[in-house]
Amino acid sequence: MIGTKILGFGGYQPDKVLTNDDLAKIVDTNDEWIRTRVGIQSRRIARDDETVADMAEAAGAKALAASGLEPSEVDLVVVATCSPEIPLPNVAATVAYRLGIPAPGAYDLNAACAGFCYALGAASDSVRAGSARNVLVIGAEKMSSWIDWTDRSTCIIFADGAGAAVVGATGPDEPSGIGPVVWGSAGDQAHKITITGRTGALTQDGQAVFRWATTAMAPVALEACRRAGVTPAEISAFVPHQANLRIIEAIAKRLGIPRERVADDIIHSGNTSSASIPLALSRMAEQGRLQPGTPALLIAFGAGLSYASQVITVP
Amino acid sequence: MTDQEILSGLAEIIEEIAGTPADEVTPEANFVEDLDIDSLSMVEIAVAAQDKFGVEIPDEQLKDLKTVQDVVNFVSKNS
Repeated sequence: MIGTKILGFGGYQPDKVLTNDDLAKIVDTNDEWIRTRVGIQSRRIARDDETVADMAEAAGAKALAASGLEPSEVDLVVVATCSPEIPLPNVAATVAYRLGIPAPGAYDLNAACAGFCYALGAASDSVRAGSARNVLVIGAEKMSSWIDWTDRSTCIIFADGAGAAVVGATGPDEPSGIGPVVWGSAGDQAHKITITGRTGALTQDGQAVFRWATTAMAPVALEACRRAGVTPAEISAFVPHQANLRIIEAIAKRLGIPRERVADDIIHSGNTSSASIPLALSRMAEQGRLQPGTPALLIAFGAGLSYASQVITVP
Repeated sequence: MTDQEILSGLAEIIEEIAGTPADEVTPEANFVEDLDIDSLSMVEIAVAAQDKFGVEIPDEQLKDLKTVQDVVNFVSKNS
C-alpha cells in the first residue's frame, strides 16, 4: 500500500486581538486568573462579517501554496468545523470553489476540537485507498459566535481561526509520513461539552473535561506512537489540541516529553477548536521549532467526547 | 495505611503539583485559603492520589473536601 505525507500546511488568524485586560472589561475576571487557569494571554476574534469559509479559504490557500501543487491536483477537500454559521451548504464545497479546485469531493466533518486529526486520518486513508490523489484538509472555527460573552468560564477560552494541510502520496521508496490514526469516542460523556439549540452557547463541565483529558489522552498518544513505530523520546514536536495550557503540560509530563518540544500556541491564540493543531504547527514552524523529516506527535480531543491522534513527519 | 502515611504521601503530591513545600501541608490547612490551590489543581491532586493510594475521588466528592484532613479521612475510609 502507498504511504502518505503532509506536503505543506498553513494558518490564518483574524486581525483582532482580544487581551485578558479587554475581557476584564466585559466580565468579572482578570489577567492573572486567566493566565494561571488556562494559560492564555490573548486570542484572535473574527470580524462580524468574517465567516468560517473566509478563514478556511485563507488557511487553505496558504497550505496549497506551501504544497507546491496546482489546485487541479486536489481531488478532495475536508473541512473540520463545529461552528459554521448555517447547517447547509457545507463549508468545504464553497472553499474548494473559491480556491479554484475544480469539482473535488467536498465535505465537512464534525468531531469538534478533535476534528483536525479526524480529517487528517480520513484524508490519509483516502489517498491510500486511491480515492483521491491529494487532499486539502482544513480546520476552521468561529467559536466566538457560539459563546455566551457573559459566561466567564468559557468566553476567556475560545477563539477563532483556521489551519490547513495538504496530504498526498509518498514516492515509491519513501517511508510514510502520516502514521495510522488512533481515534475513539466516549459518548457516555456527551453532556460534558454541549451547544444546545441553533442560537445556543457552548457550556462545559470544565473540571470533568480536565480530568478526562489529563488522564485518558496520554495512553491514546502512546498508542499512536506505537503504531507509527516511534517512542515518545524520538518525538521532535508534540502538538496537542490547544485546549488549556495546563492540560497540555499534564499530558506532555505523562509522556515524558520536555517542555521545549511542546506546542504552546494557546498563549496567543486561545482555544480555536479544530484549527488549533495546524495553527500551532504553523507557529512552531515560524519560530524555527520544527525540524523537517522528524516525527511530530499530534493529538486532538474535545466534545463528543471524541479524540484522535497520529504521528506525522514534519514536511 | 495509617493517617500519618496518607498525610505524608499527600504532602508529596501537593508539593509536586502545586509547588507547596511539604511541611506547609498540615492536616488543618484549607486547600483554597491556606495553600492557594485551585479547582484544576484539586483534580490533579485527586488523580495523583488515586495512582498513589488506589482510591478514586470523584468530582462530586472532591468539591466537599476542603482541608488536607478531609482528603486523609476520605482516603482512609475508602482504602
